[in-house]
Amino acid sequence: MSLENFLIVSAIIFSIGLYGALSKRNAITVLMSIELMFNAINIAAVAFSRYVVPAKSTMWMIGDDIENSVQFVLTGQIFSMFIITVAAAEVALGLAIIIAIYRNIRTVSVTNMSELKK
Amino acid sequence: MMFEGNESTLAIDIAFWTIAASTIIGAIAVVHLKDLFRAALFLIVSLLGVAGMFILLRAEFLAAIQVLIYIGAISILIIFAIMMTKDMEQGSPFNILKFPAALISIIFCAVCTVIFLSTDWNMSEIASLDNTLESILIDGMANVFTNTIPYIARLLIGNFIITFEIIGVLLLATILGALALVRE
Repeated sequence: MSLENFLIVSAIIFSIGLYGALSKRNAITVLMSIELMFNAINIAAVAFSRYVVPAKSTMWMIGDDIENSVQFVLTGQIFSMFIITVAAAEVALGLAIIIAIYRNIRTVSVTNMSELKK
Repeated sequence: MMFEGNESTLAIDIAFWTIAASTIIGAIAVVHLKDLFRAALFLIVSLLGVAGMFILLRAEFLAAIQVLIYIGAISILIIFAIMMTKDMEQGSPFNILKFPAALISIIFCAVCTVIFLSTDWNMSEIASLDNTLESILIDGMANVFTNTIPYIARLLIGNFIITFEIIGVLLLATILGALALVRE
C-alpha cells in the first residue's frame, strides 16, 4: 500500500464522477456525481499530505526551524477540510436551485431546463 | 522525500483493498442505478469508504468530519430533495452523451494512472538534506501523525486564518442564498 494505490483509487472515483456528471439527465444525480469528484480530490490531497513531505518549502516558510515546520505536512488535510465545507455549501445551494426550478417547470431533468435559451 | 509509515502489514492491505472496492462499487452504483433513492443510499456507502481511506491515511479527524458532514448532513439533504421532486419514478436516465462521456472518463482515468505510476515522487531536491536533519524531520512527522488535532488547530487558527474566516462568510452567504431561493 503506497501513494500510488491511493492516487489510482482517487483517479477511478473521479472518472466515475465525471462520467455521471456528463451523462445523466437528472440534476440530483449530477450533484451526487460532483460529490464523488470532490471526494476523490480529498483522497488525493490527504494521501499527498501523508506520503510526500515538502520539507524544503516548509523550511523556507518558517526559516530553518524544522521542529516548527513539520506541522505543514498537514496542509493537505486543511485543504481537504475547506473542500468539504465548500462542497456542503455547494450542495445546499444546488438543491435549493433545483427545488426552485422544480416549483416553476415541474421537472429536474437538465435537458429540459432551457428557459434561458428562448 | 517519501514518508513511509509502518502500515504495510497484511491486515492493513486487506483493509485497504476492501475499502477501495466498496468505494468504487458504491460510486459505480450511484451512476448506474435507475432508482434515485437507491443511488443516494449507495452514495452513503461510497462516502463511508472514503472515510475509511482517511483513517488508513492517519487523518482520523477528517474521517470524523466526513461522517458528520457528508453522511450526516449532505446525504440527508440529497435524500430529502429526491423525495420532494416527483421525477423519482422516472429514475435517472442517461442523455445522448452516454458513450462519449464514458470514453472521455476512461481516457482520463488511464492518463492519470500512467502519470501517477511514471512520476518519481521522491522529490529530488530534498535528498540533499543531511542525515541528522532528516532524522529530526522523520521524528517530527511521527510526532505529528500520532495526534494531528493540535497541529490542525494551530494551522487553522494561525496560518490559514484568512481562509478560515472567508469560509465562515461563505457559509453565511449560503444560508441567506438558500433561504432566498426557496422562499415562497
